[in-house]
Amino acid sequence: MTFQLFLQHLVNGISLGSLYALIAIGYTMVYGILRLINFAHGDIIMLATYIVFFGILIFSLPWWLAFIISIILTTIIGVTVERAAYRPLRNAPRISILISAIGVSFLIENLSLVIFGGRAKSFYQPHIFTKIINFGGVSLMSLTFIIPVTAGILLYCLTYLVNHTKTGMAMRATARDFETARLMGIDINAIISLTFAIGSALAAVGGIMWGLRYPQIHPFIGIMPGLKCFIAAVVGGIGNIPGAMLGGFILGLGEIMLVALLPTLTGYRDAFAFILLIIILLVRPTGILGEKIAEKV
Amino acid sequence: MADRKKFYTGISLLLFILFIYWADSSWDGYKLRIFNLCGIYIILALSLNLVNGFTGLFSLGTAGFMAVGAYTSALLTMSPQMKEMTFFLKPLIWPLNQIQIPFFPALIIAGILSGLVGFLIGFPVLRLRGDYLAIATLGFGEILRVIIINAQGLTNGALGLKGIPKYTTVWWSWGLALLTIFLMVNIVKSSYGRALKAIREDEIAAQAMGINLFYHKITAFTLSAFFAGIGGALLGNLITTVDPTMFVFQLTFQILLIVVLGGMGSITGSVIAAVVVTILMEALRAVESPMTIGSLYIPGIPGMRMVIFSVLLMVVILFYRQGFMGQREFAWEWFSRKGRRHEQSAGS
Repeated sequence: MTFQLFLQHLVNGISLGSLYALIAIGYTMVYGILRLINFAHGDIIMLATYIVFFGILIFSLPWWLAFIISIILTTIIGVTVERAAYRPLRNAPRISILISAIGVSFLIENLSLVIFGGRAKSFYQPHIFTKIINFGGVSLMSLTFIIPVTAGILLYCLTYLVNHTKTGMAMRATARDFETARLMGIDINAIISLTFAIGSALAAVGGIMWGLRYPQIHPFIGIMPGLKCFIAAVVGGIGNIPGAMLGGFILGLGEIMLVALLPTLTGYRDAFAFILLIIILLVRPTGILGEKIAEKV
Repeated sequence: MADRKKFYTGISLLLFILFIYWADSSWDGYKLRIFNLCGIYIILALSLNLVNGFTGLFSLGTAGFMAVGAYTSALLTMSPQMKEMTFFLKPLIWPLNQIQIPFFPALIIAGILSGLVGFLIGFPVLRLRGDYLAIATLGFGEILRVIIINAQGLTNGALGLKGIPKYTTVWWSWGLALLTIFLMVNIVKSSYGRALKAIREDEIAAQAMGINLFYHKITAFTLSAFFAGIGGALLGNLITTVDPTMFVFQLTFQILLIVVLGGMGSITGSVIAAVVVTILMEALRAVESPMTIGSLYIPGIPGMRMVIFSVLLMVVILFYRQGFMGQREFAWEWFSRKGRRHEQSAGS
């Protein structure tokens, strides 16, 4: 493999990795606070792409406005899902919430199938994202650079919010201990809603970029990125925001490099994430940046 | 009383066998197929309930184990000519392309192989807990599916297998379902089953009482995989084709739905829910196919069935977490207590 080709794969890997990281953050934030795998996260991604699709097609909005509206609507949907399906089970056994999450995920997928139809639709790609940029012998789509830049900005803002603001402090306190946080005067429900809002907004941005990158949408496109990004969050250490970013990059780079270096294994690309997950769970069950959790008796 | 209960059980079993005989001889193919599916789903639901309901390990790998069972039994029972026709892109590896064995040993081998896969997966995975276990088992199911798509010389890849002999009859499916129920009841009642329940209630306390956690978890997981493999094999030999798209997460979801609906940790609940859900799934096909009522034409809505089932699952888990049965089981006393109450009200 030439150096240029390697560079091209590297940039591609980083781009995909930052996309995974963006979506993984949503998982990790929800898991950090509620200890719940939000199975519906992948479907939020799918809904974001459909809202853009219909915004442009039916209401003939300019693409950027469709993007913004999609992010707003998806955020509302994410918060609604929490209110309707997770909040009533706050004090129920963990398995119940997990089943509820699986149920919501299936409900959104199949409802979308009923409403939008099963046929794949093509996602509108504005020209600015598809321009080819030549970069020292490496030619890449502008999208490949736009994704990591956007992700970087959003993740910086999020890290600032969590680490340097009062709201962020309340979020961290809630993640640490529900009851104590409540006693300290934190409105737990508001914090959880906010967490879902941020997670869903990031998922919407991720979903739109996913649509731009793989411009074919159908009601089940959310499943694979959803699962993979959850794995990215676990690999990095779930509940840990820098961990989710790291996990996303490892997964994205790993996948692209697997296909690039061992083309015979291309068919196993989707299994890569799961194998990585199992190895990580065996070696370091709390993930790369996760802290060791003491067993409560 | 114990004798009388055994007598009741024997009589109802006999009546049920007569019912199977009557159904087998007088029902048409479509009804028989649904009846068969009921039996198969009972086996699958009990398999999942053993791990999820009784041991409290949230596993989502059923579809993967079913795939192992279905493919094994299909490859063992297909005739060499049929195999040659099916594997036209890439020939089937030796010696599988030469063998054809009867259904019963094929079923057993399918179950054992699936159990073996469960055992091997269980080793690493069962060190995990709760959500991690769920996602890891789900991951293994996906890995198995990816392997099936890619191992063309063994599974015919995405094309799947066609022309599998239709060996599954109501005798097979319901016979094995009854056997599974019998075995499950005995497992759950034994000291081993009580240990499983102890693990479900409190792992650390169970360990403190001297229960070997890993041994109990892995045997439950392996047994569950064994039954899932048998169920998968029966399914493959019923519908005569298998392909990788059959064994997606949606299949696990259907079985999970049965277990949750019936009550996690109730054999009776799983059996009832398996029958109800299977029949509902067929009955609701009407929603998905176009209809004409008088002059009114209603186009079919594909996907509507799964919407209804997801709503059903959500309603149960949000408002009626116990399902039909909770953790209770069927007992003959139900009738006698009702009978007594009846007598009392008649006497007063």
